[in-house]
Amino acid sequence: METYYNPADLKKFGNIGEFQKEFADKFFAYDGAVFAEGALTAREKSLIALAVAHAVQCPYCIDAYSSDTLEKGCSEQEMMEAVHVAAAIRGGATLVHGVQMMNKVKELSM
Amino acid sequence: MIKSLKATGNQLANSDFQLTVLRQEVVDVLHLAPFHEQMREAGLFPLRPVAPTVLQINVGKMCNQVCKHCHVDAGPDRKEIMTRDTMQLCLDALAQSDIQTVDLTGGAPEMNPDFRWFVEEISKLGRKVLVRCNLTIIVANKKYYDLPEFFKKHNVEVVSSLPFYSADKTDRQRGDGVFADSIKALRMLNAVGYGQPDSGLVLNLVYNPSGAFMPGPQAALQRQFKLALLKDFGIVFNDLYAITNIPVSRFLDYLIESGNYAGYMEKLVTAFNPAAAAGVMCRSTLSVGWDGGLYDCDFNQMLDLYVASPVRHIRDFDAAALAQRAIVVNQHCYGCTAGSGSSCGGVTA
Repeated sequence: METYYNPADLKKFGNIGEFQKEFADKFFAYDGAVFAEGALTAREKSLIALAVAHAVQCPYCIDAYSSDTLEKGCSEQEMMEAVHVAAAIRGGATLVHGVQMMNKVKELSM
Repeated sequence: MIKSLKATGNQLANSDFQLTVLRQEVVDVLHLAPFHEQMREAGLFPLRPVAPTVLQINVGKMCNQVCKHCHVDAGPDRKEIMTRDTMQLCLDALAQSDIQTVDLTGGAPEMNPDFRWFVEEISKLGRKVLVRCNLTIIVANKKYYDLPEFFKKHNVEVVSSLPFYSADKTDRQRGDGVFADSIKALRMLNAVGYGQPDSGLVLNLVYNPSGAFMPGPQAALQRQFKLALLKDFGIVFNDLYAITNIPVSRFLDYLIESGNYAGYMEKLVTAFNPAAAAGVMCRSTLSVGWDGGLYDCDFNQMLDLYVASPVRHIRDFDAAALAQRAIVVNQHCYGCTAGSGSSCGGVTA
């Protein structure tokens, strides 16, 4: 079945340099540096990436960081809690706009 | 109780069939280079041994556990056990060699009725003994309860598998209740001094992934295990070895049955690391099977890949002749050369 997303395309991510090498090289160098051990551990960064992958709803990123968090020894509970953090932020971002709705309603209402 | 592949008549119990399946996937399906070609490109083929520092002896395939990833296909239904006569041949070989460490594995090596005698005799030769203890054997029967004291008496280094610091992942790989029993056994080992600072009694743990993925960085995993085991259970240990699951026997069966085989092999092959390949443990280890056969490693042993030497049995041990051999490699070797590398002592690069 043909779909917009093909799991095999994830392995071709590095090929984006074929059309613009300079920017691709810079991106991958930056990406490598970001995910290295730093003030945050590589493990913590991987869990953040897993949460963000769900927030931006990128299937490639979800595949990649589900594997990466497993490899880094994260438990399934930790992984799901990270997804809930993404969900809470997205849900909260929706709900906090309810204040704006309330403001407008109160402005227009008697 | 889950049975071994051999007991259920699974065709993966046949080593020739396994080798065929491995080659077909790497070469015919994935169109990737066979292992020896990658090694040749890295300047490592034929792969030559260095002077052996470890004699790894598999004293039998009998085990009280039936782990899903076991490359030995070990279990309670496996009756292949090393006899005292063959143990004596190992001792004779050791006495005439410079090998300083004897690594006892299985199965559960402690289930061999001559295990304690063998450890005592190796100790008399002044060689260091390392036992790959599955932990649960210590609490499996009261006749094993004193194993921690026995290990301590002979200053045995204990190396034990614990795939995770929680029950769910551990039990899915090693069987129901294994985590709880492992924690009990670790506490017993800690109680006699194992893993305690300055005790000199070494307790190392082995992490291997509970599924079709690679182990992450060993140092970070060790940090995580130390924190979690101390906080949740008050357990201490020395080092953690991160080991890659090798696509042999029951792990190969799991990969095929779960639909992960192609993806896992591709991951291993594309992660080939020449630095890890140069440090593989088969260069400095000699492996002895339960019947005295000689192999380059325990994985080759399970695939019936004997050493490429006229000396193929421990009774004929000849260090000079064995030093001339080329190490036998095949597609499963990609497991030891991927990423940071893998050995019975953890990463190699």
